[in-house]
Amino acid sequence: MSTLVVEAVSRNFGGVQALSDVSLAVEPGERRLIIGPNGAGKTTLFNMLSGAFAVSGGRIILLDRDITHLPPYERAKMGLARTFQITNLFPHLTVLENVLLALQAMDDTAFSLLRSMRANDHLFRAAGALLDSWGLTAIADQAAKDISYGEKRQVDVILGMAMQPKVLLLDEPTAGLSAAEVVRVVGMIRSLPRDVTILMIEHDMDVAFELADRITVLHQGRLIAEGDRDAIRNNPQVNEIYLGAE
Amino acid sequence: MTGPLPWRALAAISVVAVSISLALPYLLTPYYLGLVVKMIIFALFAMSFDLLIGYTGMASLGHAAYFGIAAYATGLLALRLEWNVWLALPAGVLIAAITAALFGLLALRARGSYFLMITLALSQVLWGVAFGWRSLTGGEDGLPDVPRPDLGLPWSLADDTPFYYFVVFIVGVGTLLLIRIVSSPFGHALRGIRESETRMLALGYNVWRYKFVAFVLAGTFAGLAGCLYVYLNRYVSPGYVHVVMSAEVLLMVVLGGAGTLFGPAIGAVLFVWLENMISSYTERWLMLLGLVYVLVGMFAPNGLTGLVRDLLNRRTGS
Repeated sequence: MSTLVVEAVSRNFGGVQALSDVSLAVEPGERRLIIGPNGAGKTTLFNMLSGAFAVSGGRIILLDRDITHLPPYERAKMGLARTFQITNLFPHLTVLENVLLALQAMDDTAFSLLRSMRANDHLFRAAGALLDSWGLTAIADQAAKDISYGEKRQVDVILGMAMQPKVLLLDEPTAGLSAAEVVRVVGMIRSLPRDVTILMIEHDMDVAFELADRITVLHQGRLIAEGDRDAIRNNPQVNEIYLGAE
Repeated sequence: MTGPLPWRALAAISVVAVSISLALPYLLTPYYLGLVVKMIIFALFAMSFDLLIGYTGMASLGHAAYFGIAAYATGLLALRLEWNVWLALPAGVLIAAITAALFGLLALRARGSYFLMITLALSQVLWGVAFGWRSLTGGEDGLPDVPRPDLGLPWSLADDTPFYYFVVFIVGVGTLLLIRIVSSPFGHALRGIRESETRMLALGYNVWRYKFVAFVLAGTFAGLAGCLYVYLNRYVSPGYVHVVMSAEVLLMVVLGGAGTLFGPAIGAVLFVWLENMISSYTERWLMLLGLVYVLVGMFAPNGLTGLVRDLLNRRTGS
């Protein structure tokens, strides 16, 4: 059984066909890289997987359940987490509070009105441990808007991981990072548990080929190639429209 | 955001505040005691609005709707049906909550300035009803001679001092509940929604449900303030639901500093004091109010509490 199945999904914005007839199936624990030039429809695909946008046609099946029309938070509860291409944190809250929000979402106390936050010791401990394991304890009490860009990208991934997802969608986690920071974030992604299925959009070919089990290539809203690293590297069409352009 | 005060400081502030509030009736003339009661009631009103605008990030221009409809309901029940305060006050609060739930269902379909305009339109519908349905609401003249509450106790709340204590008690309980709510996991989620709705959805929060509950809670506490206000003034008029009242509570929150509860309470106190002082010299109160708004916007965008915090930070060099 595939963890995530996309069946002939399309999306148009007004008259613009952002995505047409894209189908793919991702296996449990797979690292699937989605590549393609700007405007290929990669982030649009993620927005439909996470439920931020509705599909114009087609079906999305997560863990054998049709989620095509589920709202985003229901998908999240099923174990689908995402990060954002443009950093999307809670800027005026501290890094610790950011992580607490991610942990709290799945906690029974999320909707308690009269319970003190401080009573949620287990969440504070889990958040502290999570930041510690990524070496970010030092910035725990800084407002998310005040940390460095590289740290923001890391916290973005940590928020996704804090949900203990079954499927994690990473939207260009290395975008705009320095070479040293890229190494750090790639190391972080490498060390994620193998039972988490990962779909990741990436612009950097080296990073994509390093992490991928399989690669899907989108171009102008269409899926033009899919396969393992060698298949993609040797695919003439991919070389022509994408790699050749570099 | 301000960090929590150490508990010693909190305890000391509480003791001083409680002592002063207990002693006030013996220090002030009845006129000024009445003014203080008004300040306290508007502090609750402003804090209720802070839950919406400061914590959840939803700017409404119709918050007077819940304040006003609760005032009308309590006033009518006390006046026409001679219900005592034990019935009329909860009934007023309940009607505010129901109204907020209905208006919330409509207004929460929109965001940003559209949300603001829908809340404005809905509250002006209530104003139209209050103004036009003369047989029920007294129209422009409002409802005079609403009796002060009678608790069935040996002393009467018709006297200013017991009424003052009554208001202090109710607003005190309301404030504690609000503090509790904003420091709960629910309150934390509201701040998350203010910061990034899309991220909250991606994390698995049913954002609409949180916003709806926040909207209803804000309306409910505004209703509680409205019930107290009708007992204070012994009068209710269409002005209670008017957009000017909504704008005033917005200004109180902005003046004091949104998202702090304490700030809007201070903002309300200052606002009532300024209004009282200025309107005894000039008719141009609203014009001066506009000026205050501009000055706060230019020099203290985080309100007065934000300004004080920045000054303190600068002095300690952190």
